[in-house]
Amino acid sequence: MKAILLLSGLGIIALFAELFRFRKALYPIVILGLLGTIATAVSYWWYDDGEYNKYFAGMIDFQGSAVVLSVIILSVALLWFVMSANYLRTQTSETDHTALVLFALVGALILTCYTNLTMLFLGVEILSIPLYVLAGSRKNDLGSNESAFKYFILGAFASAFLLFGIALVFGATGSFDNRAIAVFVEANKATLPGFFYGGVILMMIGLLFKISAAPFHFWAPDVYQGAPTVYTAFMSTVVKTAAIVAIMRIFLTSVFGGVGEFWIPIMGVCVGLTFVIGNLSAAVQTSVKRMLAFSSISHAGFLLLAVVAASSFSAKSIIFYTVAYSVASLVAFSVLLNIIRITGGDDVESFNGLGKKSPLLAAVMTIALLSLAGIPPTAGFFAKYYVLTAAFSSDHYWLAIIGILGSLVGVYYYFRIIIAMYFREAKEGAEYSVDAQHQALMFVTAVATIVIGLLPDLILNIGAPAAVVAETLQK
Amino acid sequence: MITALLIGLPLVAALLLLFTNGEGAKRIAFVASLAELGLALFAFYLLRTSPHDEHLASQMTMNVPWITSIGVDFNIAMDGISMVLVLLTAFLVPVIILSGFEKKHDNPSLFHALVMFMQMALVGVFVARDGFLFYVFWELALIPIYFICLLWGGENRGKITFKFFVYTLAGSLFMLAALIVLYLNTPVGMSGTHSFNISELYKAGQNVLSPTEQSLVFWGMFLAFAIKMPVFPFHTWQPDTYVTAPTQGTMLLSGIMLKMGTYGLIRWLLPMTPDALERWAPVVVALSVISVVYASVLALTQKDFKRLIAYSSIAHVGLISAGILAFSVKSGSTEGITGALIQMFAHGVNVVGLFFIADVILSKTGTREINELGGIRNVSPQFATLFLIVLLGSVALPLTNGFVGEFLLINGVYQYSIWAAAIAGLTVILGAVYMLRSYQAVMLGETNKVTAGFAALTANEKAVLFIVCAAVIAFGVYPKPLLDIMQNDVNALATMITESVKP
Repeated sequence: MKAILLLSGLGIIALFAELFRFRKALYPIVILGLLGTIATAVSYWWYDDGEYNKYFAGMIDFQGSAVVLSVIILSVALLWFVMSANYLRTQTSETDHTALVLFALVGALILTCYTNLTMLFLGVEILSIPLYVLAGSRKNDLGSNESAFKYFILGAFASAFLLFGIALVFGATGSFDNRAIAVFVEANKATLPGFFYGGVILMMIGLLFKISAAPFHFWAPDVYQGAPTVYTAFMSTVVKTAAIVAIMRIFLTSVFGGVGEFWIPIMGVCVGLTFVIGNLSAAVQTSVKRMLAFSSISHAGFLLLAVVAASSFSAKSIIFYTVAYSVASLVAFSVLLNIIRITGGDDVESFNGLGKKSPLLAAVMTIALLSLAGIPPTAGFFAKYYVLTAAFSSDHYWLAIIGILGSLVGVYYYFRIIIAMYFREAKEGAEYSVDAQHQALMFVTAVATIVIGLLPDLILNIGAPAAVVAETLQK
Repeated sequence: MITALLIGLPLVAALLLLFTNGEGAKRIAFVASLAELGLALFAFYLLRTSPHDEHLASQMTMNVPWITSIGVDFNIAMDGISMVLVLLTAFLVPVIILSGFEKKHDNPSLFHALVMFMQMALVGVFVARDGFLFYVFWELALIPIYFICLLWGGENRGKITFKFFVYTLAGSLFMLAALIVLYLNTPVGMSGTHSFNISELYKAGQNVLSPTEQSLVFWGMFLAFAIKMPVFPFHTWQPDTYVTAPTQGTMLLSGIMLKMGTYGLIRWLLPMTPDALERWAPVVVALSVISVVYASVLALTQKDFKRLIAYSSIAHVGLISAGILAFSVKSGSTEGITGALIQMFAHGVNVVGLFFIADVILSKTGTREINELGGIRNVSPQFATLFLIVLLGSVALPLTNGFVGEFLLINGVYQYSIWAAAIAGLTVILGAVYMLRSYQAVMLGETNKVTAGFAALTANEKAVLFIVCAAVIAFGVYPKPLLDIMQNDVNALATMITESVKP
């Protein structure tokens, strides 16, 4: 809770930076502020029972999985700021951008700890609205405008679905409170009215839209491609993590867990579609940015597969997957940023000959792509393995097989870049220099990808208490 | 401890090599691989002299928790079966490095680092006793060879190596699925998780799985191994990859890497799903025998010498696979498995020799087209003799290393089905036909313009060929050490399988 306050304060400070002319100092302030927020969030780890963690009359409850996931989100955001510092500095409205990103983070944090459906809605909106603006932040760029417009219109639709769903659930159960709903569903399972199920479906659609799962993914490729690359990176890491957490907190717990036999088949179909559409569409892209957009759809499929599995492995596997995926994505996006800066294009051809021109960029990109493709010993492999274990443990054989075949297609499009880097010749002339900050970032994240892959216990052991919380909510 | 050292030494060498540059890399790699060979021989000696020593057994195994929250251990052990393959790896890697001593590579330190890294993964595959660990090593072996082929390969390597990668990865993923199913059927132990320990997986496969599940697991694993070997109809990646890869890559692929597949059959497939094997043996043995005949016939028609060896390799491996899969759960006779292990060793040595010969011919004449060559014997009789020895080993002449294994294998298949044995036996005849015919075309006859300039063998080439020929003859005349070291463990494995299906 204090983390949320701190983050909001940080956002307001960022707004004033222009006014009081400490714009130059903003970057260090944000980094320090985020570190402080992380520390605050971590401090809640030791208060994981009793009323201490509850705020707003029990509408949020900052404990267990909330702590773990908010620390993950904040750390990824921290790395994101390091990655985007150069881009932000070149923008005339640097302070506004920074503030909007921080406000979006507030929304993400609320999604990790809400225990009330109104807070869910607020979190989704606080997260989304700054992003609509940021997607369109390159005012003179047609693609950026298109991106913002599409995102806003369709996002508003999804929010309406979510809100209507919440209203129907409220109508059926008489409460917005997660536990109250869970108790009611448990007690009146046989006599739940039909519109309760309608509400569940509508909420699911709204949230699947946010995580860009098929068949609600149509906005994602255009938005991801049109938005400035740093915000694309933000959307496909922080926002994706926040969205899966939001889903996890109602669908993996007793809130809707009791009516699993109703929504699991429906979500299962969506997962299957997501694997097929995400991977096949990614395979035919020539723009790497757009390819990463489609591939993020297929990763959403894996995250949702863990939800559909609804087994004791699910919560931990989701936590691990978000870490592995976010870290690898950040590496890939920072390399992409540099490639766009150097060659001016984001086609696969832009990566030609990178292996010779800049061995560092090529090596970290290779590690990131291997992780995204799920090849040992990278973190991505263990993430996929764990989700598959969850799927097999609850007998979702077909979805697991589709996921496996999908990741084979994934190997195809990820390896196209590796082949381009090492096999094709570069164009002459371009100067491949990377600034020290990016070098450090890439080195750290690439090493982290391998270390987490070799020692997954590092994450799993933190995830374990969080998973226990999810399980107790289940009961 | 020794087993862990066998994995650790190449890994350390690989990491060190990354920080060197220039031509010194190959020497460092060579010394490291010799040290590895020494270590492997030492392990061999220990196993040989005191096979029932408790203390030794504990020295050879290592079992430390790795990912405790899901029950994965770093569990490695060395027995006779593993020893044969580790020895093969340790013997071939220095030969392979030596064979490239006169080659100029771009970036030799990276090349040799990848080779050493691959050796680490290969040894890991052969000694892992934990399903998860086995899978990780299995995949780790794929990454270096992919980059070796992609960075140093020949024409069109982008597409071809990619096909190779996806093909093998597809197989591996199905194996992963099979392993997960087995894992989820192991009992939850003291630590509160399922277990990936191989003996737990054996029990799960043998006792817990329903017949249908066992069949699915069987096919999932078979697919992975069949693609790796490769067996018809999963072989289409192989000839192109072997031809395109740099010679040393081809040697690694054919000499050692395909043995991962045959080893997998013995260690992971047979004991895991004996009932499914009983049910599906007709199909998989038939596939193996088809691949023997099919590849032999195709080898007859090849014009490129390297491609011919690639096809002959499919034929040989098909026979190995048939011999293993023909293992009868009822009789528990071990000829097939013993023969397979011996033949894996022999085939590794021979195929590395043959690919090296193809490379020597290419570098001295500029072509591998069999029809353009001829009469090399007139120019270089010494080369002709050495080639002949390797070739005779490959066609399994008695007193060469190929004979013992092939004899035992056909014997094993014979006990399963006379027809299968008769057809598989054709391979010996067909093999002799295409090998001798190509020898005739390349080495005998009139010397022509292409071959007239065939330069004398360099000291390095001689060294490689002498080592290979010495191995061909030594293990042909005296295969007893290899047979002895594995026999106890093969028998134990066979007994374990037969007992599992009796009730």
